[in-house]
Amino acid sequence: MIYILQQSLNALQLGSIYALIALGYTMVYGILTMINFAHGDLFMVGAFFGFMAALAFKLPFIPTLLISMIGVGLLGVAIERVAYKPLRQAPRVSAIITALGVGIFLENLTLVFYPYPQSVPQLLQNITWTIGGVTVSSLQIIIILMSLGLMVLLDFIVRRTMVGMAMRAVSWDKTIVPLMGVPVNLVISITFAIGTSLGGAAGVMYSQAFPVIDPYMGIMIGWKAFISAVVGGIGNIRGAMIGGFILGGVEIMVAAFLPSTYRDFVAFTLLLVLLIFRPYGILGQPRPQKV
Amino acid sequence: MTTQPSNDSSKSKLSWSARFAQSPLLLRIAQAWEALLARRWLLPVLLVIGLALSFLIPQFRLVNEYVQLIMMYVGINIIMTISLNLINGYMGEFSVGHAGFMAVGAYIGALLTTQVLPYAWLEGPLVMIVFPLIVLAGGAGAALVGLLVAVPSFRTRGDYLAIVTLAFNMIVKSVIENIEAIGGPRGIPGIDKLTTMPWVFFWTVLAVWVIRNFIYSNFGRGVLSLREDEIASDLMSVNTRQVKLLAFVLSSFFAGIGGALFAHLLQFISPRVFDIIKSTDFLIMVYLGGIGSIGGSVLGATIYTVLLEVLRPLQVWRFVLMPLLLVFLMLYRPRGIMGLREFRWFVPNSELLVGKKKEVGNAAAD
Amino acid sequence: MLLQTKSLTHYFGGLCAVMDFNLDLQPGELVGIIGPNGAGKTTVFNLITGVYKASQGSIQFFNNGQAVELVGLRPNQVTALGIARTFQNIRLFRELTVLDNVRIAAFNQVGYSPWEALLHLGRFRSEETRIQNYALELLEFFKLHDYASELAMNLPYGLQRRLEIARAMATRPKILLLDEPAAGINPKEIDRLMEFIAWIRQEFDLTIILIEHQMRLVMNICERLKVLDFGKTIAEGLPVEIQNNSEVLEAYLGEGDDL
Repeated sequence: MIYILQQSLNALQLGSIYALIALGYTMVYGILTMINFAHGDLFMVGAFFGFMAALAFKLPFIPTLLISMIGVGLLGVAIERVAYKPLRQAPRVSAIITALGVGIFLENLTLVFYPYPQSVPQLLQNITWTIGGVTVSSLQIIIILMSLGLMVLLDFIVRRTMVGMAMRAVSWDKTIVPLMGVPVNLVISITFAIGTSLGGAAGVMYSQAFPVIDPYMGIMIGWKAFISAVVGGIGNIRGAMIGGFILGGVEIMVAAFLPSTYRDFVAFTLLLVLLIFRPYGILGQPRPQKV
Repeated sequence: MTTQPSNDSSKSKLSWSARFAQSPLLLRIAQAWEALLARRWLLPVLLVIGLALSFLIPQFRLVNEYVQLIMMYVGINIIMTISLNLINGYMGEFSVGHAGFMAVGAYIGALLTTQVLPYAWLEGPLVMIVFPLIVLAGGAGAALVGLLVAVPSFRTRGDYLAIVTLAFNMIVKSVIENIEAIGGPRGIPGIDKLTTMPWVFFWTVLAVWVIRNFIYSNFGRGVLSLREDEIASDLMSVNTRQVKLLAFVLSSFFAGIGGALFAHLLQFISPRVFDIIKSTDFLIMVYLGGIGSIGGSVLGATIYTVLLEVLRPLQVWRFVLMPLLLVFLMLYRPRGIMGLREFRWFVPNSELLVGKKKEVGNAAAD
Repeated sequence: MLLQTKSLTHYFGGLCAVMDFNLDLQPGELVGIIGPNGAGKTTVFNLITGVYKASQGSIQFFNNGQAVELVGLRPNQVTALGIARTFQNIRLFRELTVLDNVRIAAFNQVGYSPWEALLHLGRFRSEETRIQNYALELLEFFKLHDYASELAMNLPYGLQRRLEIARAMATRPKILLLDEPAAGINPKEIDRLMEFIAWIRQEFDLTIILIEHQMRLVMNICERLKVLDFGKTIAEGLPVEIQNNSEVLEAYLGEGDDL
């Protein structure tokens, strides 16, 4: 029982990181119906931005996190403007392949500067408590709470603010909405800024929990976060959060009770089974096909 | 050189053709190219020359072994790219797990060679019969697995089908990692080097020929109609399930062939060789060369493989440069180098006759 | 009898899109379905052709005197039996040639196996020639042969409409379902469209069901009409009868449409 509680806590921690990255995928998808395959690498860049900021300015956790989020957010907007925007009228896959290219570019550019894995300094004083046999670290609590906070904030922005309303409008329709005076390009930029900066935040938090970072760390985690987004129903923000926690939970629990090499197998098989029963994810709705 | 003219009359394309028309040298090259492609009898001649070279090059070391190796990788990558193009380019789905099928073929082939078949069979002239059977077994195994992936495609499309193929790739890798009997995560070392240049040439030509035949058939047209509009296709009597099944089986069959050849060339395989990064390599080759084009796949696979080798002196920077090139290509030619167009050599004669009337209009532009 | 639907009903979630739709279609008839937007007209087509599976009711197709139940069949099977359709918003294979558009619609008439296709052997060549000639003949018939190798998307709107009908005809239908053939067509061209429909009906010995808003067309060429409103059949009969039916007028005027 204690073991399960302990693992649940770990699952929450991993799940909240997946969820944060999944949000970026799902936001971009929601607005452009484009899979931003560079997103996992932006997560990696976020971890490296945090690492550089921590080394250069010796700042505490929160400012480091903010610097990284701003940096990644700006990078995300720049990538959208330079590489994706010209392709909005092009076939959808062209943008996806471009994103793939941007991702590989980011990985290897980072590799040029950091050919070896780097260990990240601890930015948070880590205190551990033992409550009824379950070990709780302050780091875990902070990661989970910060992620949840960011998600609640995002949900609020999307559902309650003018910007959020504009985002939902643009994702619904891109021909009529501009005629209503919604600045579509600005809204898309804001979406990229928010989505990628959440990925950056995930990068910093991840590098605090698992303090060795390398340029290829974003690939696998990126794909998994993407899968989380799909499980939840891609394009759906609450779905992405749910998907992230589900995948985190499954991975940790499989590793806890079965040989850890079964982790991917079980996780992906579950994904397939889920997609057979709910082809559009947990919260996703099939877009009605008009004949 | 077009039969299916590219339809994106975007500005970039206009400027391309405008520049083409202005430059006399380029125009002359284009005309010469046209004239060359019009001579269909050259195709069998070139095939015979190619086959002869594939024997002569290793025999007399016309180029060094390293170049020979690259040439063989080009062939294997052409097989992989063309088979992936069938799904991603012609059918318009987005498969991201092609390396998974390759892994199935590679493992079946490697296991047959290292564990199942008696060593005597792999020696002497007998190998000339046994090796193609090993490769075929790899292809057949992959095709069976392809059948499994085709079934979800009946219900899901687009991004969700992409996830199915992605998950499939990961599952294949994970299953192999968990079976100790086939080497687990360590893989299979010491596979006999049975893949030779004539074999690569043979299988590459076969793959190109068979997939071309398929595309220029009733079923191939069905595949194309799926890309355009699945509902309309269903309502125009196309048996979409049959067509999807055929396309997936054929695509995975040749991916398995590519895998078996690959295993017997690299002589060592492990699950990590066939991860999602390998799949994205093939994706890049498909979209670089151009979707829905056999000529494009040949070009894409060749250019990508050769360029990576040529840029080797740049070390890490080549992987910074390559994706940048890809991004620029996508920005200026979103459909890849060939983009839905085709070299006339890859189009059956009967199809060209109908196209004649229109050829004149855009021959100069391309 | 050629086609008979019995208490055909379809729900989208809780919404009833078509309710208790009954139709007895005699060979050679031209029946119109009219009704305000959202009345469920296109849904009826989708149910007949197998795009949606009917929630309740039956659709029977009489094939040489034998009744075939259509509910539960896949769209390609329904089409192969001899029911073809066009679409409200043109759904051509836009990036394929005009010739390919028509050849694809002959999919189930091609008599070679996948193996013969892969190797281009056996019946492949003769069958391909046959299908190609068949497609070219049809194009000639519809005066589209000059565009055979043009991409469908490059045709002007009127020709795209015509190609859609040519494509539907390539499936060799007994029944043709026309979904708003006059949509987007200049009112002056309505007369020509009426002639065209009458012409293909005669040439191909067709039975036609037609959905249309253009009342002049409906009243002139349809032999009988069914009027749908909110999924229910509110009237049926000869065009003259429908024109004076108060319930129909109400349904339309409530919608603000002109009759």
